[in-house]
Amino acid sequence: MNKGSDGKTSQKMASQAYGQKMAKTANMKVVEGSYAVAHAVMCCLPDVISAYPITPQTHIVEHLSQMVADGELDSEFLTVDSEFSALSVLVGSSACGARCYSSTTSQGLALMYEVLYNVSGMRLPVVMNVANRAMGAPLNIWNDQQDAIGARDVGWLQIYAEDVQESVDATLQAYKIAEDSDIRLPIMVCMDGFILTHVYEPVELLDKDLARQFLPPYRPEYILDPKHPKTFGAFADPSTYTEFRYQQFEAQEKALDKIEKVAVEFEEVFGRYYGGLLDSYYAEDAEVVIVTLGSVIGTIKDAIDALRSEGKKVGLIKVRSYRPFPVKALRKSLKDASVIAVLEKDVSIGSEAGLLTDLKAALYNSQIRTPVIGFAAGLGGRDITIKDIRRLVDKAEAARKGIESEFEFLTLRKEIL
Amino acid sequence: MEKSLLAPGHRACAGCAMPTTIKLVLDAAGPNTIVVSPTSCLEVTTTPFPESAWCVPWIHSLFENAAAVASGVEVMLKRRRQDTNLIVIGGDGSTFDIGMGSNSGMFERGHKILYVCYDNEAYMNTGVQRSGSTPFCVHTTTTPSGSKSFGNPRPKKDMPAIARAHHVPYVATASVAYPVDLRRKVKKALQVNGPSYIQVNAPCITGWTFDAGTMIELARLAVETGLWPLAEWENEELVGVKKVRRPKPVEEYLKIQGRYKHLFKKADGGDMLKQIQGLADANIAKYKLVD
Repeated sequence: MNKGSDGKTSQKMASQAYGQKMAKTANMKVVEGSYAVAHAVMCCLPDVISAYPITPQTHIVEHLSQMVADGELDSEFLTVDSEFSALSVLVGSSACGARCYSSTTSQGLALMYEVLYNVSGMRLPVVMNVANRAMGAPLNIWNDQQDAIGARDVGWLQIYAEDVQESVDATLQAYKIAEDSDIRLPIMVCMDGFILTHVYEPVELLDKDLARQFLPPYRPEYILDPKHPKTFGAFADPSTYTEFRYQQFEAQEKALDKIEKVAVEFEEVFGRYYGGLLDSYYAEDAEVVIVTLGSVIGTIKDAIDALRSEGKKVGLIKVRSYRPFPVKALRKSLKDASVIAVLEKDVSIGSEAGLLTDLKAALYNSQIRTPVIGFAAGLGGRDITIKDIRRLVDKAEAARKGIESEFEFLTLRKEIL
Repeated sequence: MEKSLLAPGHRACAGCAMPTTIKLVLDAAGPNTIVVSPTSCLEVTTTPFPESAWCVPWIHSLFENAAAVASGVEVMLKRRRQDTNLIVIGGDGSTFDIGMGSNSGMFERGHKILYVCYDNEAYMNTGVQRSGSTPFCVHTTTTPSGSKSFGNPRPKKDMPAIARAHHVPYVATASVAYPVDLRRKVKKALQVNGPSYIQVNAPCITGWTFDAGTMIELARLAVETGLWPLAEWENEELVGVKKVRRPKPVEEYLKIQGRYKHLFKKADGGDMLKQIQGLADANIAKYKLVD
C-alpha cells in the first residue's frame, strides 16, 4: 500500500511502540460487521445513542442496546418514533455537550435530511454510521451508495470504508476528527449495507483502553447551561447567513489535514493505516486507474492482481474521504494516469454520478488532460464481479483512443428493458 | 415581578400574546430553566443573530422536532443528575400538526418535559394559513371565506385529549388573560415527574385582526363565552375547571375579530354563529362551567 511521506515517517516512529502494543491489540475475532462497529462505538463511550429501525435496518444499534442492557456500556439509549427524531434527539443531547451516536441507512437517512443540515449548521459533532443502501422506488433493501452520495451537500464529512476493519477504525477516528475544536462538524462513516454490515469476517476489535487513550473526552466550550445562558439555533438574515456557511466550508477544508493527521495518530496507537484521504493499489505506474469508494475495492484488487499478471498496468485510487473532497491529493495521485475510470454505486439522474462529476471538476483546472469516464454499477445490490471490472478496464483502454461514452451503466440487462 | 427572563427589544408585533405568554411561563419557572422551541414567530422575533431576547439557555432546531430535541436534552440532564426545568414552547402548527410525531414520541417515552403550546390557531409566521388548531369558520389564507365558503370547515383538533391519550400525567388549558392561573399551572406542571402539556390561548393580532389594546380582553372573552374552557387534568382525570358565572354570547367574542367578520356580513352567517354557539354550549355542559 502506498503512503504519503508523513505516514511513512510516523510509521517508523510508531513501529517500536506498536511492537510493545501487539500483545494488547491482538484481539482478532470472527464477528458480524455490525457487531464490530457496535463494539467500536462502545469503546468511544457515547453519552447518548438513538435508534429507529427504518426498513432496511442494521444490527448496530441492537448490539449497542444489548451492551447497555448488560451494563457493558453506560450510555443513554433512546428508542424514538422515527429516523427524523433519532437525529433530532442528538441535536438536543449534543448541545448539552454529549458525545452522540446513531446509525442509519437509505430511507432513514433521507428522512433525516432536514436534520442533517441542522446538525452541521449548528456545528454539532455527531458521528453516525451509514449502512449504504439503495433508495426506493422501487423498494430495495440491498447495497448501493445512493443514500449518502445524495446527501453530499449537507455539510457532514463522509468517510467510506473498504471493509469491516476499516469501518471499525474509521468510527473511532471519526469522533477525534469531528470533535476537534477546529472542525466541529458531524461525520458519516459509510459502510456498504449487507456487504459489510452483515458479513462475518475476522476483525481486530478495538482495545478499550487504547481507544480511550486515543480519543480524549468531549468537552465543548458552549453548552446549554442555565449558569451561562446561550442561544442555540438563532435565525440569520442575509447579512450574516453567508458567513455561517463559509465557516462550515472552512472547517471542511481544515478537515483535509485533520483526517490525515488522525489516520497517522491512529496508526501510532493501533498499527493500522489505510490512507487518510485516499489510498492506492498499484497506482504509481498504472496506465488505467480506477477510482472508487467502499467495499467493491476488494473485488477490484483481485481483478488488478489478475490483470497485472497478464501485463496490464491497471491501478486503483480509493477515495476514503468524499467530503471534504480531496482535490489536491487526487490531482497528485492521478497525474501520470493515461485514462481514469470512475466506478460508483450511485447515479445523478439527469446528469452523471457524484464521484465522477466531482473528480472531473477537480481535474479541470489542473494540468491533467487525461480522459475520464464513469460507470454506475452495483445499484440496488447487484454484484460487481471480476468479469465486470475486466469489461470496465477494456472500455477504459478503448477510451484512450477517444471517448465513446462518458458515463454508462456497467451491467445493464438490456434483455429486460 | 423580577427582571423578565425574556428581554425587551424583541421583534414581536405590538398586541401579540406570545411574548406575554413566554414571560409568564418563565416567571413561574425561574432562571434554572432550559427552553426548546420549534420554528415559529417566537424564534424569528426573539433570536435574530447576533441578538437574543432569551436570558435562559434556549435552543431551536426545526419546525417539527422540538419535542425530540428536548428529549435529547432531558436524557443529558438526567445523566448529569441536573435539576433544571426543561420547557418546550411552541406554536400550534408545530404542536398540532407537523410535530405530532415527535410530540407523541416524547409523551410516550415519559420524559420530564413541560410542553407549552401558545395557541394562536393558525400558521401565523408563514402568513396565517389554517392549522389543525384553527377553529370552525375561521377565515385564513388557505381556508378563505367566499361566496361558497364560511372559512375553515372543520372544528379544532382536541390536542389536550391526544396528550391525555398518551397518559401524560398533567394536562391543562390556560389563557394569557389569566396570568395567575397560568403561572400556577406551570409551577404545578414542573413538579410532575414526567411529561406535561399546557395549551395557552394566545391571540395573534396579525391573524385574528383586533385592536392592539384589546388582546387581553379578547382572550378573556374566549373563556367567558365557553369557547376556551380553562381546565386541568391529572392522570387523565379532570381535576379543575374555571367556572364562568354568566357565559357571554359567542358574538361578543367573534365580532371584534377580523377572522370572523364574514359571518356578520354574509346573509346566512347567522346559521354559522348558531353552530359556534352550539360548540360553546357543549363546552359549558361538558365542563360544567356554570354552577
